[in-house]
Amino acid sequence: MGFVKGLKCRECGREYPVEPIYVCEFCFGPLEVAYDYEKIKNVLTREQILSRPQNLWRYRELMPIDGEPTCGLYSGFTPLVRADKLAEQIGLKELYIKDDTVTHPTLSFKDRVVAVALTKAKEFGFDTVACASTGNLAHSVSAHGAAAGLKRFIFIPASLERSKIVASLAYGPNLIAVDGNYDDVNRLCSEVANKYKWAFVNINIRPFYAEGSKTQGYEIVEQLDWKTPDAVVVPCASGSLLTKIWKSFKEMKEIGLIDQLNCKVFSAQATGCSPIVAAIKEGVDVIKPVKPNTIAKSLAIGNPADGYYATKVIKDSGGFGADVSDPEIIDAIKLLAATEGIFAETAGGVTLASAIKLIKSGHIKRDDRTVLCITGNGMKTKEALTGHTGEPHHISANMKSFEEVMAKIGS
Amino acid sequence: MAVKVKIPVPLQRLTQGKEEVEGAAGSIIALVNDLDKLYPGLAERISEDGKLRRFVNVYVNEEDVRFLKNEETEVKDGDEVSIVPAIAGGSVAS
Repeated sequence: MGFVKGLKCRECGREYPVEPIYVCEFCFGPLEVAYDYEKIKNVLTREQILSRPQNLWRYRELMPIDGEPTCGLYSGFTPLVRADKLAEQIGLKELYIKDDTVTHPTLSFKDRVVAVALTKAKEFGFDTVACASTGNLAHSVSAHGAAAGLKRFIFIPASLERSKIVASLAYGPNLIAVDGNYDDVNRLCSEVANKYKWAFVNINIRPFYAEGSKTQGYEIVEQLDWKTPDAVVVPCASGSLLTKIWKSFKEMKEIGLIDQLNCKVFSAQATGCSPIVAAIKEGVDVIKPVKPNTIAKSLAIGNPADGYYATKVIKDSGGFGADVSDPEIIDAIKLLAATEGIFAETAGGVTLASAIKLIKSGHIKRDDRTVLCITGNGMKTKEALTGHTGEPHHISANMKSFEEVMAKIGS
Repeated sequence: MAVKVKIPVPLQRLTQGKEEVEGAAGSIIALVNDLDKLYPGLAERISEDGKLRRFVNVYVNEEDVRFLKNEETEVKDGDEVSIVPAIAGGSVAS
């Protein structure tokens, strides 16, 4: 098996063999996996997909591996939750939450990309995996790497929330806390990757790793009974998820799994780190890097590697972008939890708050069948809500005390 | 003392495998063009029409030159310049 033709530069089109490389030697453009869609078309049908276990490998022909999947055998295929109560509140007829807050095993969509990256790293014969991360990726590489029996080096910004740090340490990786923000960590990691022959999932394994994001798109279409939504709102850090969701839709059309592709793609960012949305609003494709300042740390990439491609997808699809303040993010986290019972991390608040703005501005219409990509679990960033929730009613262990509280609450 | 320039792996083939080379003080673009004389082909990979390529990040003493004056950023002896391919094609996202 194996349907990969090779790697190809997205800028100049030069072709490369399948190796742990990520940039074009000529123009420094990013390398992307190229598939033989004609061959895939003959083997991957709706029936074939439906007959397989409900995990991300049900679309394996569209994943960049040669052999059998070895990691993330329970990852992916998260619920697409119909969110009627929330829809009514924000003025939509039909709204869905793609709920990656429950992705196995570390509760964020990173389990998708890491499942693919580690399967590929093992195919390449690496014994050590590494990553630069703002948190969720650290958890995922730590966990999947443990299960796969790989040595792990995880680089994080030292300022990360304590709960996220502990959630990585639990899996026993080598955790390196770097003074600086994510961009500093990333830059250091490119230098480390030059020297150490490791599988850096978001550096030399990146072309393969990034493909894992497509599974979120395939699932959305399958769960909408083989149709693309009219609008999809995607949180943007590097912009990769957004471009890969679009790629997944295009591939499904290319191989005949769907007949039509009519979907506007919208970018959601925090105002404190919105280089992609800024470019969209200004109508340019030059991404001006920024110094991030937002509670949505998992989206705080001031220098988004795929920003340029993200703006192109948004333009081609007829979408737009919105950016939201920290208070708007917190309100949206609470709204999603209170209406649909889904507690998302700060990035989820960014997505919902941006969607609300895009509905108000008329970019998303009331009749648009809309999907919000909620990419991580709120349990990971509980600190963000400190001081922004109600307090428990503290009582003595007797009925009198309870009745006093009941009288206050009313019924 | 000169300006230290860190060369990323994809370009080390042009620098005879050297991870670090030395250049002269001046603007980044002048530095790049100067290095091209010693290591032919280098400038073409990093820049196009006198501008840094889209997928090339250049740092002076750990600061992205896009926060300074891009290719016109001045470097002096003792400064450290890092050339890093933008990590593209993937994400961090959460």
